[in-house]
Amino acid sequence: MKALLFNRNFAIGLLLTAVFVAGALISFVWTPYDTSGVDIANKLKKPLSDGYLLGTDHFGRDILSMIMVGARTSIAVAFVAVGIGIVIGVPLGLAAAASKGSLMDEIIMRSNDLVFAFPSLVIAILITAIFGPSALNAIIAIGIFNVPVFARLTRGAALSLWQRDYILSARVAGKGPARISFEHILPNVTNLLIVQGTIQFSLGILAEAGLSYVGLGAQPPIPSWGRMLAESQTMISFAPHMALLPGLAIVFTVLGLNLMGDGLRDVFDPRIRREKR
Amino acid sequence: MTFFKATVTASAVLLASTALAKTDVTVAMQLEPPHLDPTSAAAGAIDSVLYSNVFEGLTRFGPDGSVNPGLAESWDISEDGLTYTFHLREGVKFHDGTDLDASDVVFSLDRARAEDSANAQKALFAGIASVEAVDPATVKLTLSAPNGSMLFNLAWGDAVIVAPESIETIKQTPIGTGAFKFDNWVQGDKIDLSRNENYWGTPAKLDKATFKFISDPTAAFAAMMAEDIDAFVGYPAPENIPQFEADPRFQVILGNTEGETILGTNNKQPPFDNLKVRKALAHAIDRQAIIDGAMFGLGTPIGSHFAPHNPDYVDLTGNSQYDPELAKKLLAEAGFADGFKTTLKLPPPSYARRGGEIIAAQLRAVGIDAEISNLEWAQWLEQVFRGKDFGLTIVSHTEPFDIGIYARPDYYFQYDNAEFQSLIEDLNVEADGDKRSEMIKKAQNIIAEDYVNAYLFQLAIPTIAKAGLQGMWEDAPTQAVDLTAVGWAD
Repeated sequence: MKALLFNRNFAIGLLLTAVFVAGALISFVWTPYDTSGVDIANKLKKPLSDGYLLGTDHFGRDILSMIMVGARTSIAVAFVAVGIGIVIGVPLGLAAAASKGSLMDEIIMRSNDLVFAFPSLVIAILITAIFGPSALNAIIAIGIFNVPVFARLTRGAALSLWQRDYILSARVAGKGPARISFEHILPNVTNLLIVQGTIQFSLGILAEAGLSYVGLGAQPPIPSWGRMLAESQTMISFAPHMALLPGLAIVFTVLGLNLMGDGLRDVFDPRIRREKR
Repeated sequence: MTFFKATVTASAVLLASTALAKTDVTVAMQLEPPHLDPTSAAAGAIDSVLYSNVFEGLTRFGPDGSVNPGLAESWDISEDGLTYTFHLREGVKFHDGTDLDASDVVFSLDRARAEDSANAQKALFAGIASVEAVDPATVKLTLSAPNGSMLFNLAWGDAVIVAPESIETIKQTPIGTGAFKFDNWVQGDKIDLSRNENYWGTPAKLDKATFKFISDPTAAFAAMMAEDIDAFVGYPAPENIPQFEADPRFQVILGNTEGETILGTNNKQPPFDNLKVRKALAHAIDRQAIIDGAMFGLGTPIGSHFAPHNPDYVDLTGNSQYDPELAKKLLAEAGFADGFKTTLKLPPPSYARRGGEIIAAQLRAVGIDAEISNLEWAQWLEQVFRGKDFGLTIVSHTEPFDIGIYARPDYYFQYDNAEFQSLIEDLNVEADGDKRSEMIKKAQNIIAEDYVNAYLFQLAIPTIAKAGLQGMWEDAPTQAVDLTAVGWAD
């Protein structure tokens, strides 16, 4: 843990991420202004004017409050989507590794390839177009594409672990493949999963923003970063803060998560650690 | 000497301008027509492109909404108001070279009012008993009852005269009598028109006219700024207008439309079948906030389903003042002290999408939870207009003088009031101007007091054009982008 905090990437990433997570958590109990109402009289205020730290949008809603509540939407969607990927993908990967070369391995990995072969955002648009736009459908759409990522990663790491002596001794002791997978393989791939999880998390936030941007994510009046960007488009020439601020929120969150992921990998991955020394 | 100099300068300018003057125009609109037959679809985009430019009717709307002679040069109306005799213009040719005669008129009107006709406004022809060709230049219309608005009805885009020979292919290749003829349609992009050299009237000033379809407001802004297009009719992002006004390259024309924008309310769906609930709805809404917030100030508040620029307009906005406390009280009286949940289904235009967010917030303030769903036009027509599966919706009714839709109990908001229906029936056969005016005012009052829908504002139509373009219609008395008098300044 100490090694982690001394890693510069990780520290900066953690700080950025913590700011947005904190904003999202605080928004549950307090925001500077209410985001569910409109206040036309105070529309399009510039940042740092009349008590609005980041200004207001075209409906007079406070942009800081919108970004805080929007962070909630983004983080929730990305978090659950990564969760879906891990819960479904990891067991699939473990099963495929345990039965390497069998029919089951083939079926699992080829169906993963199938999902991988589709452009993810296009399929996400298809799913939300069929089932209607909502935050829930965005979660499912993004989640599905996390499954093969985690399945492949898990299988690859598990395959090399299956060659190890301690696995052999576990087998000699009479443990079945399922038990070995969960008791010995899984704990040893956790580091990798955490690193990949942070990366997928940042991709999830980008995907959510993309879906909301085209109107397929969380529906109004729930604030969302992508929709804030979409709504600001025609006003960018006279109210640039409306586009800039949610844009920066996305940039810094994704940057934070990526730096964190890099830092984690530096510390966790023995090969890289050795090179650095 | 001064005189001589002036003449020289003038002719020099004239020479230069004839050499440089532009003779074509590219006009953009947001919506593309689904096909090109104005007599068999409700889509306003068809009329926008073709009305007056390609197709003409017996009568036609002027830029101010007046009804003027079109293909009929003049007409006589019998004493009892039952027989209209139209005298057609001479020398009118369709774009395919055939002559227009009385049989074409008979064909067009019979086709429009036929039992199996696909015409979107069949009510326009409801009172016609028969259409006969007296001789090649005379058509006699016999009505079953006098109809004070017959000449107005015949000016609609749904009543234009089509050629029987071209009817099979009209949806792809429209053949009309107008000052422009149809050249080419690149679907998803543009429609090209060119001047009709054999036009019966004043020929168009432009050689070529192109209609371009740009649905995205950001793309519309970019195309206008880059001067890729010469004009945008119905510019979709009102927030950019101050910028165009400040730019000497452009002119901004702000016109009235016939578009009453309303919060359509499903009168048959509980709890909206309760007058108190509808009244509460009307008082919960702050129109000015919607006009400022969604339209950036463009639009006039209305209190009934009637256009403020019409001489018979009565200002009824006082009937539904913004008063959230009263709205809450009315809801409590109706038994909804804790509010209720409903749906708010929004079509794509920004007045609906943005207005919807503002209205949802205003309704939330009095306890009504309106769940927003954004629909595409096709879905909206399917679910709301035909399926009547909605609680609330926002839409602009752009047809001229369309208060009659409230007499149709099967219309999407499902208002059923026998008194109103008989009033409209009487109005349709009344020819006396003063009495008509009286009845029209009464009709506005009835639907305002019944709070059928919440009436929001009269839609304004902003047209952005390059500085030198002249002759565009300022207002939109009907759905039309009439280019017959449009040209470039010298």
